[in-house]
Amino acid sequence: MNELNIPTMAELMAKGETADILFWVGCAGSFDERAQRITRDICKILHHVGIKYAILGTEENCTGDPAKRAGNEFLFQMQALMNIQILDGYEVKKIITACPHCFNTLKNEYPDLGGHYEVIHHTQLIQQLIDEGKLKAEGGESFKGRRITYHDPCYLGRGNEVYEAPRKALESLDAQLVEMKRCRSNGLCCGAGGAQLFKEPEKGKKDINTERIEEALETQPEIIAAACPFCMTMLRDGIKIKEKEQDVQVLDIAEITARANGL
Amino acid sequence: MIGQLIFGTLLLAAVALAICNARKIFQNIRLGRDERRFDHPSKRWRAMLLVAFGQKKMFKRPFAALLHLFVYLGFCIINIEMLEIVIDGLFGTHRVFSGLGAFYALLIGAFEWLALGVLAGCIVFLMRRNIARIRRFSGTEMTPWPRTDANLILTAEILLMAAFLTMNAADHNLQLLGAPHYTQAGAFPVSGWLLPLLPDDVSSLIGIERFCWWFHIIGVLVFLNYLPYSKHLHIVLAFPNTYFSNLNPKGHFTTMESVANEVKAMLDPTYTPMAIAATLRFGAKDISDLTWKNLLEAYTCTECGRCTAVCPANMTGKLLSPRKIMMDTRDRMVEVGNKVRKNKELTEDGKSLLDDYITREEIWACTTCNACVEACPVNINPLEIIMELRRYAVMEESQAPASLHAMFSNVENNGAPWKYAQADRANWVDGN
Repeated sequence: MNELNIPTMAELMAKGETADILFWVGCAGSFDERAQRITRDICKILHHVGIKYAILGTEENCTGDPAKRAGNEFLFQMQALMNIQILDGYEVKKIITACPHCFNTLKNEYPDLGGHYEVIHHTQLIQQLIDEGKLKAEGGESFKGRRITYHDPCYLGRGNEVYEAPRKALESLDAQLVEMKRCRSNGLCCGAGGAQLFKEPEKGKKDINTERIEEALETQPEIIAAACPFCMTMLRDGIKIKEKEQDVQVLDIAEITARANGL
Repeated sequence: MIGQLIFGTLLLAAVALAICNARKIFQNIRLGRDERRFDHPSKRWRAMLLVAFGQKKMFKRPFAALLHLFVYLGFCIINIEMLEIVIDGLFGTHRVFSGLGAFYALLIGAFEWLALGVLAGCIVFLMRRNIARIRRFSGTEMTPWPRTDANLILTAEILLMAAFLTMNAADHNLQLLGAPHYTQAGAFPVSGWLLPLLPDDVSSLIGIERFCWWFHIIGVLVFLNYLPYSKHLHIVLAFPNTYFSNLNPKGHFTTMESVANEVKAMLDPTYTPMAIAATLRFGAKDISDLTWKNLLEAYTCTECGRCTAVCPANMTGKLLSPRKIMMDTRDRMVEVGNKVRKNKELTEDGKSLLDDYITREEIWACTTCNACVEACPVNINPLEIIMELRRYAVMEESQAPASLHAMFSNVENNGAPWKYAQADRANWVDGN
């Protein structure tokens, strides 16, 4: 056990207990310092509403998404089959993910290899909790009237057509949601997908995240909302290049929700 | 009588040539690998009705969509008139369906308005390409031939519609003058405007009417046989292409069964590999490694460039252009197809789609964001081809950018794409 009292599946099993939902943290959420804060906020939300959840801890492994998008189907399937064995060993039925890439891979690509789970992204859970009245945006920071623009992650938006859940979460804060010109199904990529995050971009006249951040800044936001740790990295880099760190924050929907609820 | 004979011969020759061309196209598409796209017929019909018939995705760009709708409706509906023209041509009749009376007048009237719509649409399209020079119609792949192709098609349609309307006007005038053979039939709401421009003597009018009639029908037959060489094939192939659409979420990338077989056997010694068709290679180096659906898509592409216009790599100056991926695939397929027909079998020619047509720099610039797939008005998927080329580069050649190889080895050894120890994976729980 640890400060946040986050149980692992192994610990629960040893006690003869089970979790209702597995929180799939993902590699960025586990190792990237910025993304770790989002991970902890998701845990706080899960605690707050009393969902019985667990993580895999050190038994978690990369889903294989970056390998697959880079064309290494061998490595992807090795990862997938290994993970499926672990997930099935714990009889996991439902998974919540912090990262749209993990979400997409677990939800759409694992079934082909025999892994069948109900997979939701954390923004979908947040929307559901708001709809059920379990999250009220009370007792914390007020976002009322603040200008927020939301950046659609490709693998949540176009990849899986989840456009409303993250927006509902923001609307419940009474914030002023301003859309970028390219949003929803026309949303512009942050530049990280397809394993681009792990390599230098090909030569061109501009970086993709610069193009995107310029568009985001046109909406004159106080906050740029993200829902993906990779987009988070790209957008924050863009903000740094534009030297706007003092004026604009890049926050995940989970962080905004946690703050609004005083978690 | 001679006219009928000439017409019959021309019609037969044009149709025979068209069938021959269609066979080649079908053979070329069959060069691709097998893929199952016959399940869920109701969903497939729905996709075809909405996307191809209903032009649903065109309306992401409303102005172009409206103009295209004029041309599309005109094309579909005026083709009914072709039936009458063919019968008249074969039997020497004059407006054989005129017996339908008021309904016939209504039809001809509607055709005229539609023809005007087509005419207007094509003129604006020509201006968008050549005067306004809209960015999406340029780019490295838009070499002189594709540009000429587009202009030829638009000019041909303008000439055909102009001939159709002039023919009607002359016919109308002959009807009014009571010329023999030209029985009263039809209504001419648009071509009526041309009456003051036409001569009043019967013989010149007959000359004009006949010239326009022949010009129009020969034009159509030539156009029919120009299609296989042009980007304009979408008028036919958009329908099967949308029927065979990918029905999975866009984020789902294909699972390679050939790989699954090997990986399962590797992890579980008791696993008996499934018998699957011999796979020559992993991923795609050339067009015969792609699926027939990829190849059908290459023929369906009309080079509108909506994919390239929304591609994040392209708009930031990288070499990648999804439209070029489709055009290259088609060019290579036609090249291979012609060689196969000549040599009677698929032989090595020292060239391949990857490297000779599509460069590595292009395929590695893709963010797999699916914007191109979303943008395509006829559900073409350039991303699938890019992924197959990457798979070949990685799994057959081990040729990925060096930093991606480092990522692979991290995933393999540490269970994460970065060089962190697996044992540290849950350290975040102790932070604040």
